[in-house]
Amino acid sequence: MKYKLIASIAKSLLLARWKQTLVAAVGVTFSITMFITLLSFMSGLNDMLDSLILNRTPHIRLYKDIKSNAQQPIALVQQNKNTYHFIHSVKPKRERIELFNSATIMRALQQDPRVLGVAPKIATQIFYNVGVMNITGVINGIDINAESRLFSFKDYVVAGNYMDLKNVPNSIILGKGVADKLMLNVGDMIQVTTTKGEQVPLKVVGYFQSGLLDIDKAQSYCSIATTQKLLGEPNNYITDLQIKLKDVKLAPPLAKEMQAKFGVDAIDVQTANAQFETGSSIRSLISYAVGITLLIVAGFGIYNILNMMIYEKMDSIAILKATGFSGKDVNAIFISIALSIGIVGGASGLLFGFGLSSIIDQIPFNTSSLPTIKTYPIIYNPTFYMIASIFSLVTTYFAGFFPSRKASKIDPVIIIRGK
Amino acid sequence: MSHIVLEARHIHKSFHDPITIPVLKDINFQLRESEFVSVIGKSGCGKSTLLYILSTMDTDFEGDLLINNESVVGKVDAELALIRNKHIGFVFQFHYLLNEFSVLQNVMLPGLKLGEYTAAEVEHRAYEKLRILGIQNEALKKPNQLSGGQKQRVAIARALINDPLLIMGDEPTGNLDKKNSAIVFDIFKELASNYKQTLLIVTHDNEFAANTHRIIEMEDGKIIN
Repeated sequence: MKYKLIASIAKSLLLARWKQTLVAAVGVTFSITMFITLLSFMSGLNDMLDSLILNRTPHIRLYKDIKSNAQQPIALVQQNKNTYHFIHSVKPKRERIELFNSATIMRALQQDPRVLGVAPKIATQIFYNVGVMNITGVINGIDINAESRLFSFKDYVVAGNYMDLKNVPNSIILGKGVADKLMLNVGDMIQVTTTKGEQVPLKVVGYFQSGLLDIDKAQSYCSIATTQKLLGEPNNYITDLQIKLKDVKLAPPLAKEMQAKFGVDAIDVQTANAQFETGSSIRSLISYAVGITLLIVAGFGIYNILNMMIYEKMDSIAILKATGFSGKDVNAIFISIALSIGIVGGASGLLFGFGLSSIIDQIPFNTSSLPTIKTYPIIYNPTFYMIASIFSLVTTYFAGFFPSRKASKIDPVIIIRGK
Repeated sequence: MSHIVLEARHIHKSFHDPITIPVLKDINFQLRESEFVSVIGKSGCGKSTLLYILSTMDTDFEGDLLINNESVVGKVDAELALIRNKHIGFVFQFHYLLNEFSVLQNVMLPGLKLGEYTAAEVEHRAYEKLRILGIQNEALKKPNQLSGGQKQRVAIARALINDPLLIMGDEPTGNLDKKNSAIVFDIFKELASNYKQTLLIVTHDNEFAANTHRIIEMEDGKIIN
């Protein structure tokens, strides 16, 4: 009953100055719209840039590093137990770079509930032969199915059919940069020289474009079997295990766990690509700062309009107080005016923000370095909408707080005597 | 002996800005139920100041004020607002109607605030008051469509809506011409005689005062008669 009365008084005061009210609400709408659009676009860009690298980066990579043994023979001698050793010129011994027991490790990983999937890989240096020139490069031997499922391999194959890599024996998918340099088309043959000096002809079945020029100029893909044949290794020869987790945040502790459990080296994506995290968080920080600044400016607009309204309606406030409305009631009236500006302006801001981001989502955005992106990237995240509505209410509340307090302190005697 | 509605005990008040000037000195009087009292005095003798103290709007004074045998000294803003809402009806020199609301809504506002009756009942009562004052036909108009005399009558209806113990007027006829003043005076007279309404009216219209039951005359912040 009482709230209804206060609401009806607030409403009639609002409507009495509806033009100014509208301007205030439009201010809030504008800032919320920009806030939503900015954040959706910015995080869309963030995700796009991150995915450029991170989508194709395993969350954990198991491999065997070439390094000297941490436990040197001198430490094994009993009487040297309590002494400190200075050993100069320690070198790694000749060791194979393959993972021992890779099949067993894979089976264990596939049963781990935290792991989404495992893709084996062989990375090897080769030379592409062009006439008399040799160009250095890298061939990645991959399991096509696993690689496609976990690391969206097929999105980056821009010509040819990626499944041909599996179906055609001795086939290769060339990096776009390599193909351009060697002037090779799909269906052509290419000669590669392995590190052991053998020359092997391979059939080009597609191009691969990652968007990172340096990678495209050196890397190519073959199936695991082809690569093992190239190297003259048996079919259990695997140099890398690429693991994708269900929750990427678990990567650092799990990497440590696997390192200890399987006796191999492990590196997690956070450690390997720390710079991406930093870039993303700073970009979102900037968009939040801009959005909040806009809202605060809108808040000043509301503050001004309420202040004006209070000066204009001084008489009405005085008579309300004289006829039995307490300071609290008057305060509630002006706070509800401010909040209704915030709610109406904020709600339409959410709608407009959604609309504007969907429009941006439709604008074509073609770039040769990003084959999978066709329009500007936008992320529709309910969190942004939540934050925007909370902020619009909080800022309008504070914008209304001081004028309302002033109104509640108006002394009716001074107004009525002043006439 | 009838019930005492309002009692002032040794009320002193001074203005402190820019220098301390005493405005009211040792004011003592009682107001009984269904009395029609006028307060007269020259400009600046403190009669309006006294009225605002009696109305609980001005709390900056020394002494004691009892409304309905209850002291108002030391009460908080919300309690005083409730007392004004329930027990005191106000008529000012200027009507102070809210132009955003219709006449009817203006009259209903204090009633809705009190919340003793439902909205429908308050509306009914508001019509009743408007009818007593002869302006029921203007109920749905906006205040700025009415004449000065009609506005003042609406203000009286608003003062009456909660059946207050006491109606206070601060020069209620000050802004009106002779004809309208007469109408307003007749209304007060009728309220006092027919409805046993207690009235305390500040005026400097001696003719007006002469027709009331009791005259309190003030000079230099004191009651002299």
